[in-house]
Amino acid sequence: MNLFTSTGAAILRRVDDAGFVLDLLVRTVGSLQKVPRRKRFLLDMAFNAGVRALPVTMVVAAFAGAILAMQTGIELKRFGDTGVLGTITALSMCREMGPFITAVILAATVGSSMAAEVGTMKVSDEISALEVMSVDPVNYLVLPRVIALAVMCPTLTALSDLIGIFGGSIIAQQNLGVSQSRFWMSAQDALTSSAMLLPKEVYVGLLKALVFGIAIATVSCAAGLRATGGALGVGLAVQTAVRNSVILIIVLGFIITWFFYFLNG
Amino acid sequence: MIELRDVCKRLGSRQILDGLSLRVEKGMNYVLMGPSGTGKSVTLRHIIGILKPDSGSVRVDGQEVPTMDREQLMALRRRMGYLFQNGALINWLTVEQNVALPLEEHSSLSRSAIQDRVHEVLRMVALDHAKEQFPPSISGGMKLRAGLARALVTQPEYVLYDEPNAGLDPIISHQIHQLIAEVRDRLGVTGLIVTHSRACATQCGDRIGIIQNGKIEVEGTVAEMVASEHPLAKAFLGGGSD
Repeated sequence: MNLFTSTGAAILRRVDDAGFVLDLLVRTVGSLQKVPRRKRFLLDMAFNAGVRALPVTMVVAAFAGAILAMQTGIELKRFGDTGVLGTITALSMCREMGPFITAVILAATVGSSMAAEVGTMKVSDEISALEVMSVDPVNYLVLPRVIALAVMCPTLTALSDLIGIFGGSIIAQQNLGVSQSRFWMSAQDALTSSAMLLPKEVYVGLLKALVFGIAIATVSCAAGLRATGGALGVGLAVQTAVRNSVILIIVLGFIITWFFYFLNG
Repeated sequence: MIELRDVCKRLGSRQILDGLSLRVEKGMNYVLMGPSGTGKSVTLRHIIGILKPDSGSVRVDGQEVPTMDREQLMALRRRMGYLFQNGALINWLTVEQNVALPLEEHSSLSRSAIQDRVHEVLRMVALDHAKEQFPPSISGGMKLRAGLARALVTQPEYVLYDEPNAGLDPIISHQIHQLIAEVRDRLGVTGLIVTHSRACATQCGDRIGIIQNGKIEVEGTVAEMVASEHPLAKAFLGGGSD
């Protein structure tokens, strides 16, 4: 196979993969009326996702907030303007860092396990068994996972926003001489809006988290559903799920930021 | 009646089925034998509509399976049971929940009626003592019996058995064979059994077809096939086989 043919084949494979993910998403949305029927499984999935990702998310968020405050604080100190450190840390966490950190951790912990579970079911004929029983694998397996992450990703993001700001406040006090009250007052100023209870930054961050959650679950289930060839195929599905999830998190994050801050002012 | 006529199927670069024709009459067990990789399981997947043929006809009770829409296919599958090689049980459901799954998804039966039906089939396959257990904690033979219970719980007209005794010891295999024969005799279920086992073929079958090079090479009643001088029949059903 020459370079031209192999490049063409690789592009076609990617287009086919993307088409499969989009089709899966459309079919999942189309089966939303089945949510009450899958309530128990959905709650199990949401609980497992939360429990699995919560400790890591909190640790990473605390350190991310601390690093953010440290790096920003060093520059602000040069200009003698550390009073706005709370504002900068709070806005950065809510706008970008919180959703991004949470989504990457969910992709690595929960997304990978979703791909492994669904992939193992695929290679051991359990998906075929569902099909021959006329049980649609999309509403039985994919729907509860997508809804679970669509709920848990924003929930964990809200928590990691708070923990990140808390991490920043510790550094501000210990290393930059900004008192706790001054830091939190500044953060509170940034996170208060008379018009909408919370400022746009918080809503945009939570919207990002919602989109990331749906993307991670859909991509991971799609990778699992396309697994072939035993344990090796399941391993490849997990790899594909995490890689594609991280790429999507970055690309979708960019698109949402661009839409809300550049296209819509 | 299940009828396949001149079915061809290519998977990747391999021609798996190449003009395969067979006919399974109502109320009989048809045994499909043949070397590994010759398309026996692929044939079953065509009948249940998981695979579509490249050409040829697959009919169940006169209805063409490959041209069925989703609703028709679901209706057909509700009339069929399928026993997978390893049972293909859902790992996070108990044996009882696995068997109840097709009824919970499709029937309008009450919860207690579903439970009664599930217990009835579990008793039939001698698994009522293991109903609370999860698939990873039960043996291969128990998984197969649970898979058979799941295939039978909807009272299907047809059951497709994909190597129902693969990897089982002779005692468990014998129990499974008895169950398959009982399902035909007591419930009048039509069966298509894919197997390599002479014991399975002779104990459960009414007719036997041996597949090679993508088509049925030799076919006949059990007695005819056991007495046949055809090299394939001798290889699979001769005294030294199994």
